[in-house]
Amino acid sequence: MPHRTIRARRLTIASAGVLSLAALVTACGGGGGGTSAAPKDFKYLSVTENTTTRTALTTLSTSTCKAENDALPLKVETIPQAQLDQKLQLLAGQDALPSMFAAGNAPALTKQLAKGGKVADLAMELERLGVLDQLEPAAVSTIKALYGGKLMALPYEYNIEGIFYNKKLFQENGIAVPGTWDELLVAADKLNAKGIQPFSASGAQGWPLTRLISGYLYRSLGPDALDKVDAGTAKLTDPAYVKAAEEIAALGKKGYFGKGVGSIDYDTAMNQFLTGKSGMFYMGSWALANIADPKQNKVGAENVGFMPFPAVKGGKGSIDQYPSNIGLAVTLGSKAFDKKTGAWVSCIAKNFGSTALKDHGTITGFKVNTPVKDSSEVAGTVRKTISSSQQNVLWFEALFSTKATTISNTSAPGLVNGSVSPQKFMETVQAALGSQ
Amino acid sequence: MHRVLGDRRAIMILLGPALLLYTLIMLVPMVWSLGYSFTKGNSIEGFKGNGLANFTRLLDDPAVHDALWFTLKYAVIVTAGQVIAGYLLALLYVFFLKKASALIRTLAFFPVILPTVAVGLLFQKLFQVAPQPGPVNSLLNAFGLESIDFFGSASSAFWVLIIMDIWRSMGFYAVLLFAGLVDIPDEVLESARLDGASGLRLIRHIVLPLSLPVLMSSLIFSVNGTLKVFDSVVALTNGGPGNGTTPLTLYMFQSSFTYSEYGYGSAIALLLTVVCLLVSLAVYRVSRRDNTES
Repeated sequence: MPHRTIRARRLTIASAGVLSLAALVTACGGGGGGTSAAPKDFKYLSVTENTTTRTALTTLSTSTCKAENDALPLKVETIPQAQLDQKLQLLAGQDALPSMFAAGNAPALTKQLAKGGKVADLAMELERLGVLDQLEPAAVSTIKALYGGKLMALPYEYNIEGIFYNKKLFQENGIAVPGTWDELLVAADKLNAKGIQPFSASGAQGWPLTRLISGYLYRSLGPDALDKVDAGTAKLTDPAYVKAAEEIAALGKKGYFGKGVGSIDYDTAMNQFLTGKSGMFYMGSWALANIADPKQNKVGAENVGFMPFPAVKGGKGSIDQYPSNIGLAVTLGSKAFDKKTGAWVSCIAKNFGSTALKDHGTITGFKVNTPVKDSSEVAGTVRKTISSSQQNVLWFEALFSTKATTISNTSAPGLVNGSVSPQKFMETVQAALGSQ
Repeated sequence: MHRVLGDRRAIMILLGPALLLYTLIMLVPMVWSLGYSFTKGNSIEGFKGNGLANFTRLLDDPAVHDALWFTLKYAVIVTAGQVIAGYLLALLYVFFLKKASALIRTLAFFPVILPTVAVGLLFQKLFQVAPQPGPVNSLLNAFGLESIDFFGSASSAFWVLIIMDIWRSMGFYAVLLFAGLVDIPDEVLESARLDGASGLRLIRHIVLPLSLPVLMSSLIFSVNGTLKVFDSVVALTNGGPGNGTTPLTLYMFQSSFTYSEYGYGSAIALLLTVVCLLVSLAVYRVSRRDNTES
């Protein structure tokens, strides 16, 4: 074989090798999924656990928002909530965030994304589309409280939190609806003495327990109790804050949460309450969907009542200050927010409130433009409470970093089963707050 | 064959692609990770130099101390447990069950092929206290004892994890050590028996020294595997309660991918690498000395 031919063949092989390596490296890189061009679909990255929002959006895509869907088809992708933060960071790093996505598990991540210019300024966009007035002012104020004064999410849910109680068990045991923390303790004591578990709560999730701490803090120290921690003017290790953890730990010490609260998951806790095995259940108004479902609710929707977190004697807070949230927040990417996306958002703002309430019994932060009858008395009570609520507060981890949120949730079972002291619990969470 | 293996170009052609792939997917990320350990930031905000701050933080972080202590404690106990249990099973196969050991060997090996998540769920159910007591608590109740919330405290959760990991891996070590035991020549055992050695004396003076090389290999396998424990902890306790059962690997994962502290996560990864290296070197030195002696 002539020498030149051999050299040419080697060159060809070497070039092919380099090209294939380049192709491999390019494929491994993150540039492929960028959204610099106009989006071809209205992609929504949802968490697997939240079925309501994506089902309601799918309903809209085939009914009221069909024209918008024909122009930009809705495409839903799901991911388990536990993996959401990692996925968002990965997509953001590749500049490939979809049109709409479930915001991170802690508001801190969304704020970070916004700082990098990756989240749409919804106040401006909704104003431009002329639909800003379709959002309930209370929901807007909750979102702004969470995201540093900015409207960074759509209120696909709007929930208030309080204590659902079993009216029948209360009546049978001569218990009046508690208005103060001391009365709540007496009620729990009475139920416990009759062999009824006073509270059901999920320690596996952790947050249903820490919500009780923040409830006590808001009643004892006032609605700015956790804002002060965020601002650094107060610490969770201050005696007044540790006192809240002590009160919740005392409930656990008395066995009011039942056995093995740390292993109880969300569904089991809900099931305990809805089958009459426990008397009280601290939860958000999203539980109304479960309460309205006769397959799940064996005590009957008519036997479920709703009360605010009780007052603490001498406390600065008031029982009409409800913890509120917008559920698993959903936000919009800035790059993909074009005219067609705007048309979708506009249609959602006008119609989502009615659809979600009618089809799923879910209360949202959008206006209900088509009147819908409440599914039960307790649902009516909650809706009235929401519309008359004057001041809302957040929850324990609302202003925490992701790290402090995780540590707070995973340490909560130890607080109520006695393996972690209240002082140590607060110290651990405070240390996590300070470390990032 | 000698002509091919003696030719440098042939060696390069044979080894080159594998070496290139290894460099790309192993060495480059390792060096990259080392670089990250001197930075602060994440993929959203970008990275900037942070000097040695991540390493000084490692020294002061109580969570790292707890995770390191947990990792070492877990590695020592599980290594001892799985090698001893595996060795006892191997002895059982060779000296008692003999040719009838196939069924028992298969049964003991079965947990090795089960997915970790399935084993984790199985043990959660076995030791659960709520909403219904699991078999272990039911047994306690049958003897008039109170149910125990095994996953409620770090110490009891730790022991459930230990039992689970020894159970699921001892079959593997039994097969590994069985291979070493069947290699011992029958004549040696026979002559020892003729000299009056039997039972424990035979095992202590003849079987144990002759199976030492494969025992040391098992130890190296086991130590390296247990220092890097991740999946079984995530499946059973997810590091809880609190951070009571969080090993270094899980803390590294949380720091990097949950808390978005890639630089700090990389520093923890480096710490784990150093620990693995030191322990491997120590075991290697001991095994080399013993091999020479034997």
